[in-house]
Amino acid sequence: MSSRDDILRAVGANKPSSVPLPEISTFDAPGGRLITLFTEAIQSIGGQVEEVDTREDVASLLTARYPDAMVVASLLPEMNGTVALDGIQDPHELADLDVLVCEGEIGVAENGAIWLPESAVGHRAAPFITQHLAVVLDKRQIVWNMHDAYARVQVDAEGFGVFVAGPSKTADIEQSLVIGAHGPRSLTVFLVGSSAESKGRS
Amino acid sequence: MNHPNAAAQFNEDVARTTWHDESLWFVRTKRDAATHAVPEWETLRDLASQIKEHTLSHLDDYLTTFEQQATANGVQVHWAKDAAEHNRIVHAILQQHSVQRLVKSKSMLTEECGLNPFLEQQGIEVVDTDLGEHIVQLAEEPPSHIVMPAIHFKKEEIGSLFHEKLGTDAGATDPQYLTESARQHLRARFLAADAALTGVNFGIAETGGFVVCTNEGNADLGVHLAPVHIASMGIEKLIPKPEHLGVFLRLLARSATGQGITVYSSHFHRTRAGQAMHVVIVDNGRSEHLGRADFWSALKCIRCGACMNTCPIYRRSGGHSYGTTVPGPIGSILSPGRDLKAHSTLPFASTLCGSCSAVCPVQIDIHTQLYKWRQIVVKEHHVSASKRGGMYWVNKVFAHPRRFRWAGRLVRKALQKLPSSWIQNRLNVWSRSRELPEPPEQSFRAWYEQNRRSP
Repeated sequence: MSSRDDILRAVGANKPSSVPLPEISTFDAPGGRLITLFTEAIQSIGGQVEEVDTREDVASLLTARYPDAMVVASLLPEMNGTVALDGIQDPHELADLDVLVCEGEIGVAENGAIWLPESAVGHRAAPFITQHLAVVLDKRQIVWNMHDAYARVQVDAEGFGVFVAGPSKTADIEQSLVIGAHGPRSLTVFLVGSSAESKGRS
Repeated sequence: MNHPNAAAQFNEDVARTTWHDESLWFVRTKRDAATHAVPEWETLRDLASQIKEHTLSHLDDYLTTFEQQATANGVQVHWAKDAAEHNRIVHAILQQHSVQRLVKSKSMLTEECGLNPFLEQQGIEVVDTDLGEHIVQLAEEPPSHIVMPAIHFKKEEIGSLFHEKLGTDAGATDPQYLTESARQHLRARFLAADAALTGVNFGIAETGGFVVCTNEGNADLGVHLAPVHIASMGIEKLIPKPEHLGVFLRLLARSATGQGITVYSSHFHRTRAGQAMHVVIVDNGRSEHLGRADFWSALKCIRCGACMNTCPIYRRSGGHSYGTTVPGPIGSILSPGRDLKAHSTLPFASTLCGSCSAVCPVQIDIHTQLYKWRQIVVKEHHVSASKRGGMYWVNKVFAHPRRFRWAGRLVRKALQKLPSSWIQNRLNVWSRSRELPEPPEQSFRAWYEQNRRSP
């Protein structure tokens, strides 16, 4: 018999008697605006938030924020980078990427996580290998918690997707927090949309 | 491994023991702050526990579904009965792709299987890329904690290790500087790797995908650059549906480090163009453990490490004193199932205070299982003669009310009359760091007879 069959047989013989699968309840958001909660969450995990009225405003703010960036890749139709991601075959060519600017699909207010499917980042490696990450997010795409996020995201719609919550970090040396472990050294989130928003409810 | 002996050794350096204790308690307090901010925390624990119990009670079906879906997604699925087979499979995949250099993100399963030394013997360069794991790899030590592998190291020691191995400035101890040096050193390894291996935090049966959580981004950097991705997954990592991730991702990082979520929660379903993706499903004793009526629920564990951070024994004895891949309370209920004799001291490495069970995000009754393993250890005669003898006489006295009363009177008198060395002596292990309270003049029973009993 194969190992597969052996394992499945042993599991089948040893498994405990059936336990029902629970329904997942919904959990209401606390009072307050989701955008405020989301902004506070991003700031608490070492990211920065800029509120802008239109996507056209992002380009100039980005230049102001990263004046020394030599290699910039943009996935926003409104903005050109210095390098075109679709011309790159081998992700190793992204090694000198300074800034990646892309658009997030959903933001989660409870923890500052942003869903980036593979199509939003050009190359899977891009949001990790870049020195700095900038994400544009429509204010209307902010939900309260992870349950709400998974209700909106189809995780296998694409081959890869990631929730990103902040710049990369480590505390492996005496619990001292260091920002910029292996991935981006900073995260900037541009929240786009009119400031009049609906009150937060999940 | 003998836990009390190893712990005694650790405790010889009192200042260091205190420092270790406080480092972990700091993480525990961060966990408390994060969990108290979630009003539905206890409901989430209920749900997580039930989802895991449900999955384990239908695990053969979910494993089959996962295999079908993953295969349909173009992922190659392998099955390993034990550690040796896991290592052989990984090596065969690496050979098939002519891999010389492998980068790894954190995987306790590959530690359990002894993958690194096995591959190194076959001439493959293996680089652990999580900063904490890289530190212990350079130091040629196993991790001492499953979430913070180098929690037992002081920055001065990491500084001199990095000076020797990575060429950092002599005497440099600044975590920022040391982390930056490791970043530069490891970035070159990421770019040069022929394959990347990750663990799996959650396997999703319905979609055949899996989720890997890191803060550093090391798993992704390895996987998205290398042409081959291997993911090693224990059979107990499955959950039924993507919606269940909402429950587990809310619990995992808050329990582990007090973060709302890890920086990266990466969802893998299909390969990128030109890449090969392999999942190795590993049993290695898990299916046997599933059949133990009192102990199977330990397989619900999501490896957050909260039980370690809160455990007064772990904090004051260090992860290495357990001699197992997974140390601390959860390790002490998993390891006896693998080798009762070798790990016979671990169920006793606890005060049975129950703090581990109280913080466990999937509600494993850890301290109850510790107690139950003790029963088995004693029945199978894996305790010292002195403990067995002591228990024999204690049982003789405690099982008989008259003997108990008589013994109480005798001991109260003895404590008053005899010199303290009667209790505080080298032979009595119990007394080494404990003081007895002043003995009362009379027992509660005698007092009750005198004052309260109706005539």
